[in-house]
Amino acid sequence: MIKKFDKKDEESGSGSNPFQHLEKSAVLQEARIFNETPINPRRCLHILTKIIYLLNQGEHFGTTEATEAFFAMTRLFQSNDQTLRRMCYLTIKEMANISEDVIIVTSSLTKDMTGKEDVYRGPAIRALCRITDTTMLQAIERYMKQAIVDKVPSVSSSALVSSLHMVKMSYDVVKRWVNEAQEAASSDNIMVQYHALGLLYHLRKNDRLAVTKMLNKFTKSGLKSPFAYCMLIRIASKLLDETDGGHDSPLFDFIESCLRNKNEMVVYEAASAIVHMPNCTARELAPAVSVLQLFCSSPKAALRYAAVRTLNKVAMKHPSAVTACNLDLENLITDSNRSIATLAITTLLKTGSESSVDRLMKQISSFVSEISDEFKVVVVQAISALCQKYPRKHSVMMNFLSNMLRDDGGFEYKRAIVDCIISIIEDNPESKETGLAHLCEFIEDCEHTVLATKILHLLGKEGPRTPQPSKYIRFIFNRVVLESEAVRAAAVSALAKFGAQNDDLLPSVLVLMQRCMMDSDDEVRDRATFYMNVLQQKQKALNAAYIFNGLSVSIPGLEKSLHQYTLEPTERPFDMKSVPLATTPITEHKTEIASVATSKLPEKLAPSRQDIYQEQLAAIPEFQGLGPLFKSSEQVQLTEAETEYVVRCVKHTFARHMVFQFDCTNTLNDQLLQKVVVQMEPSESYEVIQYIPAANLPYSQPGSCYTLVRLPEDDPTAEIVFITFSCTMKYLVKDCDPNTGEPDDDGYDDEYVLEDLEVTVADHIQKVLKPNFGAAWEEVGDEFEKEETFALASVRTLDEAVGNIISFLGMQPCERSDKVPENKNSHVLFLAGVFRGGHDVLVRARLALADGVTMQVTVRSDEETVVDVILASVG
Amino acid sequence: MYSFDTVYEPSLYTVKAVLILDNDGDRLYAKYYDDTYPTVKEQKAFEKNIFNKTHRTDSEIALLEGLTVVYKSNIDLFFYVIGSSHENELMLMAVLNCLFDSLSQMLRKNVERRALLENMEGLFLAVDEIVDGGVILESDPQQVVHRVALRGDDVPLTEQTVTQVLQSAKEQIKWSLLR
Repeated sequence: MIKKFDKKDEESGSGSNPFQHLEKSAVLQEARIFNETPINPRRCLHILTKIIYLLNQGEHFGTTEATEAFFAMTRLFQSNDQTLRRMCYLTIKEMANISEDVIIVTSSLTKDMTGKEDVYRGPAIRALCRITDTTMLQAIERYMKQAIVDKVPSVSSSALVSSLHMVKMSYDVVKRWVNEAQEAASSDNIMVQYHALGLLYHLRKNDRLAVTKMLNKFTKSGLKSPFAYCMLIRIASKLLDETDGGHDSPLFDFIESCLRNKNEMVVYEAASAIVHMPNCTARELAPAVSVLQLFCSSPKAALRYAAVRTLNKVAMKHPSAVTACNLDLENLITDSNRSIATLAITTLLKTGSESSVDRLMKQISSFVSEISDEFKVVVVQAISALCQKYPRKHSVMMNFLSNMLRDDGGFEYKRAIVDCIISIIEDNPESKETGLAHLCEFIEDCEHTVLATKILHLLGKEGPRTPQPSKYIRFIFNRVVLESEAVRAAAVSALAKFGAQNDDLLPSVLVLMQRCMMDSDDEVRDRATFYMNVLQQKQKALNAAYIFNGLSVSIPGLEKSLHQYTLEPTERPFDMKSVPLATTPITEHKTEIASVATSKLPEKLAPSRQDIYQEQLAAIPEFQGLGPLFKSSEQVQLTEAETEYVVRCVKHTFARHMVFQFDCTNTLNDQLLQKVVVQMEPSESYEVIQYIPAANLPYSQPGSCYTLVRLPEDDPTAEIVFITFSCTMKYLVKDCDPNTGEPDDDGYDDEYVLEDLEVTVADHIQKVLKPNFGAAWEEVGDEFEKEETFALASVRTLDEAVGNIISFLGMQPCERSDKVPENKNSHVLFLAGVFRGGHDVLVRARLALADGVTMQVTVRSDEETVVDVILASVG
Repeated sequence: MYSFDTVYEPSLYTVKAVLILDNDGDRLYAKYYDDTYPTVKEQKAFEKNIFNKTHRTDSEIALLEGLTVVYKSNIDLFFYVIGSSHENELMLMAVLNCLFDSLSQMLRKNVERRALLENMEGLFLAVDEIVDGGVILESDPQQVVHRVALRGDDVPLTEQTVTQVLQSAKEQIKWSLLR
């Protein structure tokens, strides 16, 4: 007997594995005994085990050999040995993807799933559904429906879970089983209840009304299964999130009531759901925080971990809500589970006072080498947040960070440290030199190209403006000698910036550039040659345009324009101004604290919102002659929430036109709207050229209609600055049956008055970041400079004034001038942008705080009218 | 990127993987339920990482490669249940406990590598009853053991005691008389 033989083998060498030296070919050879009569269940069972074991180890089976084994295995259905049969089901599932013609076992499995042997039925259903496709599913539909409501829990559960797996593939078929699932949901068995609820939700999740009804039913009747409760909490919080439901809604009450459930799993799920809700107030958080506090002293590590991890999240937004738990958290910082200890410390760092920082940092440095990279990142993030809170502590932090930077660690960890150091440098000018020195040291031995280039870029930006720029040159040039192409190229760019900014360094930089022109890589040589030539001109404007402030166009846009240009050969040179500008991403370092868990998905370079609009508008024939899209505004709400129709408008600005895109949603299920347009009554010199209607607007399916308007050309100053359109939505209404959506034949015209739409100066200006504002300011020159002084009487603080100006003009703040240092009475704000038509425009606003705020605005541009427009709009 | 306020799509797909490693970190059993680690190479690298981070401590839970890992070791075996980092840790724990307790019953409290290897089919069937395609199918070890239903006569005849043989003979006679 094989088993006996194996045993002997094992005794000879202790701990040996009977499966260790399995040869796939030998096992498949053995599988031939499947064809022997009578079947020897025990031997066959052992061979099937070996096959599954091999598959489980990741052994590759070819299609032919798998199919051969599979067909031999089908003979084993003749045996009535229970374990053997069950192993056959497993083999079917494991081989479903590698063997051909697995469907030949369909009838055997169908027989087992409807048979008398309960032990077979559940597993048979799962195996059958694994090999079934949509067409075959219809053939077994009847059996599936019966199985879902079967009184044997394992059968019902198997059928429900298998149905859930098949929703992805055959939604339309599975949808018909909703009544059966409904019946199963009232089962006494906790797992059946859970599976039925899960299936019901997946079938109904696109129908908000049905989900609401379902929630109402189950929250009232109560459930037995803790798993089902967890699912119900998730559905409820999802619905709350989607409907922006207030926290006085019954759904919130339900979640809160789950905090008193007797099962810890449910209590934790509810607490976690409340913590994750956006806009939760401290008062609403309090009950959740107090159950988490209790869990902190649980003997179960998983529960302590879950609690402290959730508290850590609360502390990011509401540190004060967590202070009540400080004592419990203190007890956890010596927890034997280092993950728990780390989370406790980082939470305390967020909630504790400035005086405890040093102590906690010491504690954490004692075991930072023992924890996993993920948690090191958490520590770094906590430090980053701390630096913002207590800027005076930055020298302690910087020291700690530089030590961490020297330790081993993966990319994510190093990147977090580098980001943290960079943000400290940006927030504390006095820490700049130490920070740069640490980073210089780091790139001396850095294996991550991305980080090295990032740091080189920063050195190029900040280095030339430090008191002693020459000391960075050595670090940068070392990179040119030692590193890969990408890093070398970045180093060359950084060098050029030193040469452009510092005249006394220029000769040495030119010598170094000369050497870089001998590089083996094309990109490095090209850059060196280019910078060499620009630097030799010794012109400030050229330096500004080509070295400090790079291209501000959108890269996908540039690619498209160039492609278009090569397709239509013309004599004209390529015009850079025809390329849409890059929309500056809105970065908010302060609030955005990425969580511990970084998803594993690679960050794809998603096309920007504007690129998407550009695509969509280009597809409409009426808009083809308008040129590239200049700017798209944020969505403006033109209706109150909860009205019959919801209309939002996006303003698209082109060189000489504007397109208003109205995204409309019809919330009445007994109406079909047709030929929907939004009529706009412009004032003064605007002219509506064309309306493009939305042909059909059925219930709850958003549709868009457009209005094309020509901008006044001759005297742009006054009119375009600020203008209001009154808007009316006009359409043909057809009543329809709410259930089928079948419309009547006849309809009637109707209209609906929308709120007024404003066009402001911000719609005509695109934000552009100028990394070196001073250089750009010189580049544009003072030909069309104008200056005026205003008194902002209603504004009380400099912060408020800065915020108002930025949002009003819609321009990009440069040199971090949007952050007003504390306790200052004056501030200078630098703004950069591009005016419609491609004219650079720069604004320098000097602000002084007295009774109100006094503002002196200086505007520069390469076009006089643009300057006038800006000043007129501010006035 | 995971952001702070994301509300996740409610789903029954809780478990990303179930692993059993021996005390050298070698795979005894591994079942991955989604495409987080699509190739055998990536899976083995992940298992190696998991083992290195966990085999020296008995701390029950960890966060690795952005995933929540709950684990338990016994003599020379390491049991792992893996889920996404926003999953309810206690649910994963319920799966781990169910797996361990079921095996413990099936192996008559003898949860160690050798006993497990002699009962691989039992392990395969048990995991199949606990998790199906990432969905928790059953969390009660009694139910799992009942459904796996390894028959008593799995013990070879020679290892049965005389009384057991007599008992089963008696039963059979009784049934044949009743018929």
